[in-house]
Amino acid sequence: MASLILFLLIVAVSLLAPVYANDIAHVDPFVNNLNGTTVIGGKVVSVMQQGGGTLGLGETPIGPTGDFSHYFLGADNLGRDVLARLLYGGRTSLQIGFGSALVCCAVATIVALIAGFFGGVTDAILSRLMDLIWAFPVYLLAICISTVLLTSANGLQVGPLHLVAGSLWLPTLIIGFIYVPYVYRPVRGQVLSVARREYIEAAIAQGASNFRLIFSDVLPNVISVAIVMFPLMIATNILTESALSFLSIGVQPPQASWGTIISDGQQLLYTRPWVSIAPGIMIALTVLSLNVLGDGVRDALDPRAKHTVVRPRRARRLPALLRRPTGKAATGR
Amino acid sequence: MTEFVVRRLLWTVLVLFVITVLVFLIFFAIPGIDPARALAGRNPTPQILDQIRAQFGLNKPLPVQYLLMMKNLFITRSLVSYSDQGQLVVPEIGAAAPATLSLVLGAAVIWVVVAIAMGMAAAVSRGTFLDPLLMVLALIGISMPVYWLSEVANLVSQSALHKSFLFSWVPPLGYTPLTQNPGRWFEGLIIPWITLAVLYIGLYARVLRAALLETASEDFVRTARAKGLTETRVLVRHTLRTSLITFVSLFGLDFGVLVGGGALLTEVVFGIHGVGYLTYQSLANLDLPTIMATVVYGAFFIVLANVLVDILYARLDPRVRLS
Repeated sequence: MASLILFLLIVAVSLLAPVYANDIAHVDPFVNNLNGTTVIGGKVVSVMQQGGGTLGLGETPIGPTGDFSHYFLGADNLGRDVLARLLYGGRTSLQIGFGSALVCCAVATIVALIAGFFGGVTDAILSRLMDLIWAFPVYLLAICISTVLLTSANGLQVGPLHLVAGSLWLPTLIIGFIYVPYVYRPVRGQVLSVARREYIEAAIAQGASNFRLIFSDVLPNVISVAIVMFPLMIATNILTESALSFLSIGVQPPQASWGTIISDGQQLLYTRPWVSIAPGIMIALTVLSLNVLGDGVRDALDPRAKHTVVRPRRARRLPALLRRPTGKAATGR
Repeated sequence: MTEFVVRRLLWTVLVLFVITVLVFLIFFAIPGIDPARALAGRNPTPQILDQIRAQFGLNKPLPVQYLLMMKNLFITRSLVSYSDQGQLVVPEIGAAAPATLSLVLGAAVIWVVVAIAMGMAAAVSRGTFLDPLLMVLALIGISMPVYWLSEVANLVSQSALHKSFLFSWVPPLGYTPLTQNPGRWFEGLIIPWITLAVLYIGLYARVLRAALLETASEDFVRTARAKGLTETRVLVRHTLRTSLITFVSLFGLDFGVLVGGGALLTEVVFGIHGVGYLTYQSLANLDLPTIMATVVYGAFFIVLANVLVDILYARLDPRVRLS
């Protein structure tokens, strides 16, 4: 419960970013402010201060002031308010995390429904395809696709759909796509077991179409598996997004996300560490709350499940043998 | 058994084939990207572009280019980097591998030891304050972005507290080969090891605790107790041994991913010039031959780890038979 409150708090604060930027701090977090001034303790000081010497210009941005309406966390190397950027970055990170988790769970569920319901050749082909995506190093897949799509000037063009290179949809879709096999596997397993139940046979006997069987008989009984994974996928995706953005192949400027702020703060690490530290804490808090929330959702929906977070990026699938029904080993999971 | 091995080998070859095709297509078939332009530097003339295309075989049809690259990578091993003229890719990876291996081996030792200790402590102390405390610590470890943790570690050990007695021994960032200076190798890697291990300690401690608690309710544990064995013996010889099966399979897979270059972020932040760092650099330069080679290298270890884990799993758990 505490985790849910924490997560909602982070979401609410991020959503209030424009309120903070416009009405409290009166700054534009996306515009350079190299010559600007601000007020500390009634005195007017410049945002970029002389001395420090770590930047090429011989200037160091202002540090944390502790004044909530004037550069609370200081400024970054372009004189932008870090706290305002942090809040806007949260919007981006959460949006991508949520969006890609939605894409991932939706695509995985649909593919799993088709594979599990029709079985046979369809299932074999789709499952092998998923295995193949999964055998590809996930991080490399994301990095490869991101690099190419972001360096090509036109972005991605698929039919009428055109995503410009700076669009947030690119990281959302890429991250959603690479984790599809991870969600696909358990959902397919559930589809396989549900598809053999009596009520499905009853529906078939009533003459229900395949479409109706899949969406009104099977889907409601497997959706809980995807729902259980949803918070964990948001957490994983936020981490992946931030890592890609850190490598500057995720969210592109002028947009900011927690990952890009950490990356921006890298050159200020030793002089103004809070530029990098603050977004990291936000990521950790968000992911932590989502992980705990995910455990809670799992306990609520699936009482047999274990209290374990196994993150897809690192802990890959269990060996094939674990999944085979071999007597006691199968019930042991 | 033979059938199993043959089947897995065929699958491995198929996976590697598909992965190479995929990487090739990602970089060549998506419009808007031109390796010749990447090679030519700023504002090339059309003549220079044509010359480069001819030199690297970029004017040939895609399947031919693919085969050419595969031949250079696997058979003649003479694949040349695009961005670093004349640099052979295969030896470059060979030179980077020891750094990655040093980083991953050390981190693995730390995470296995600490995770087993933490997982056992949590499972044994179930119902007291220690169990939730350890599990919250583990969760925090899982939730922190690894590159951020590395940066904070750098900040503390290189700048903020570098002057204090705690971190004055920390050498500047970078990797010193073991053969060159073992002491320096060790000193330089301690902080990267710990940083990389944190995430896995969290994951593995949680997995092990769950497995221990699950195994503790099995019949054979009750039998062991009924035989009059001591609690320690039951825990170590019966419960832990069975619980380590999941642990070992996870370990194999993670280790494979990391040795193949999966510690990319850690290597980049700590300036360790291993395989992950090489991948990162080649991606930044769009150096396709190097990317291809590092991806194949990484995928090879992942697939290999999968096979090894399956075999090991059957060895460890008598209930599982290879079919």
